[in-house]
Amino acid sequence: MPEQLLFATEVILNGLMAGVLYALVALGFVLIFKASGVFNYAQGVMALFAAMTLVGIQTGQVPFAHLINTILGTEIHHFGWHVPALLSILLTLGVMILFAILVERVLLKHLVNQEPIILFMATIGLAYFMEGFGDLMWGSDIKKLDVGLPQGISETIDTTTYEWFGYGFFIDRLDIAATIVAVILVISLTLFSQYTKTGRALRAVADDHQAALSVGISLRRIWVIVWSIAGFVALVAGIMWGAKSGVQFSLSLIALKALPVLMLGGFTSIPGAIVGGLIIGVGEKLFEFAIGPMVGGATENWFAYVLALIFLVFRPQGLFGEKIIERV
Amino acid sequence: MSAAESYVTADGRTIGATVMEMRNITLRFGGVVAIKDISFDIREGEIRAIIGPNGAGKSSMLNVINGFYHPQEGEIWFKGEKRAPMRPHEIAHQGIARTFQNIALFKGMSTLDNIMTGRFTHMKSNLLMQAFWKGPAEREEVENREIAEKIIDFLEIQHIRKTPVGRLPYGLQKRVELGRALAAEPRLLLLDEPMAGMNVEEKEDMSRFILDVNDEFGTTIALIEHDMGVVMDISDRVVVMDYGRKIGDGTPDEVRNNQDVIDAYLGVPHD
Ligand SMILES: Nc1ncnc2c1ncn2[C@@H]1O[C@H](COP(=O)(O)OP(=O)(O)O)[C@@H](O)[C@H]1O
Ligand SMILES: [Mg+2]
Repeated sequence: MPEQLLFATEVILNGLMAGVLYALVALGFVLIFKASGVFNYAQGVMALFAAMTLVGIQTGQVPFAHLINTILGTEIHHFGWHVPALLSILLTLGVMILFAILVERVLLKHLVNQEPIILFMATIGLAYFMEGFGDLMWGSDIKKLDVGLPQGISETIDTTTYEWFGYGFFIDRLDIAATIVAVILVISLTLFSQYTKTGRALRAVADDHQAALSVGISLRRIWVIVWSIAGFVALVAGIMWGAKSGVQFSLSLIALKALPVLMLGGFTSIPGAIVGGLIIGVGEKLFEFAIGPMVGGATENWFAYVLALIFLVFRPQGLFGEKIIERV
Repeated sequence: MSAAESYVTADGRTIGATVMEMRNITLRFGGVVAIKDISFDIREGEIRAIIGPNGAGKSSMLNVINGFYHPQEGEIWFKGEKRAPMRPHEIAHQGIARTFQNIALFKGMSTLDNIMTGRFTHMKSNLLMQAFWKGPAEREEVENREIAEKIIDFLEIQHIRKTPVGRLPYGLQKRVELGRALAAEPRLLLLDEPMAGMNVEEKEDMSRFILDVNDEFGTTIALIEHDMGVVMDISDRVVVMDYGRKIGDGTPDEVRNNQDVIDAYLGVPHD
């Protein structure tokens, strides 16, 4: 194979894996948007919050330590124990479910039947609240997240590809793990929504609220479930991203990358979120590889948005959306 | 409760005691009085029609029964008990199912999934079991699937089992919606204009299904219909509404000869 093609292939593979993360965050958006018509601005912060909570629980941090110490004049920071990774993940999931219940009780319940823009504003408020609350609870320092996922360049892939093509691919084992986890997650979610009572209820609520009520589905319960699932998806995204670049504020900014993904994939399409994520991931890496050097690099910051804008002009309904036919 | 005794109709169906009773219901939207001090009852096993010109308050009445609307005044008695104010999904769990005037199906879902969703109140497994598709959850899926398939056979819609209902023609959508309501095996089935917008042949089919449901499963049905001919053919008793008031109540023959009813319908085009 020619050298350039090999480089490009490696870039595409890396892009696919970055795309998996975008897809995960976008998936969280789509789930909530479909079920409740809420564009959840806080999805990215949820990922950050989940990752912080996971690290906090795992390393035995005392929540609100700073606050407690200031008020009581104490000097406590750690419980002095370590919680196993799997248990920490389950506990964090519990926290995300609790969060979903709170969101429903405090926000959604009261804002039902409001304009979408009001709900959107509420989630902006929610995002800033969570950000502050997360800092207050776990501190704002950059944290290392390690739940035992494999990390580092895969030597096997490097040497095998070197033997085959005379060029060794550099692929992070964490990316491979993230991809596998994301694929399992998406398949499970799909099966769940197709073949269980609650899965069908989720789809029913996404389709028609009145009809859903008439067959006995409680909207409020479904909202809690949807936000819990979105919390779970945020946790998975938070773990992957956190393991890669540490748990820090910039994690919540990947949510901004989800926006072009959604424009591409459509706001209500789960396959759209996944394919859109992959396209953006691959697209921005390839663009940087091919065009970046000519324009001085850093194209990854804006490429996704430009692509999304172009897309909006030609296919406003997104990749998988039904064609919008104007009534005249 | 009215001490109505059960009787057998001319075509051999048994009509039982009162299952639902509306007492002095008044429903207002701001200044508009949609329902004004209306009382009537529905008896076990009967087909009860509600008729009246457009805007008479018929749909509002069904919405009161299934809890979408809450009347300002009046009492609702169901299965011998006065009903406390309830949310619509709770009322579904009490055994009241319905269809809508402007079809409300889950358009992205297949016929089968729509009807399976109608089984919601009969499926009790918890979320965790469903998540792992274990034990009771799996058994429950299989059992309810069988019931759903029976309904599909009954309504003769096998050929569209897997079709997303949004793609179906209007008449078939109405039939799937009936199927979804039937899937709940309701104690009381509410149908809001099940034949609206249908051609003669489709109307005949739908009439036949409604009669069969009532006859074979003994389902109590309250239905709204515009077509007087159809109403007179299939219902046991008729409530007539006009401008939110009840102006007639009785057998089709009694209602047909009621002067108020004749007046209300004069000049009102029947469609
Ligand atoms: N949700 C609502 N808000 C305000 N007015 C309503 C609402 N639903 C019904 N109405 C009013 O109540 C009256 C009866 O309507 P409806 O029950 O739909 O009549 P019908 O089904 O007999 O045609 C109409 O004047 C209608 O405008
Ligand atoms: Mg109506």
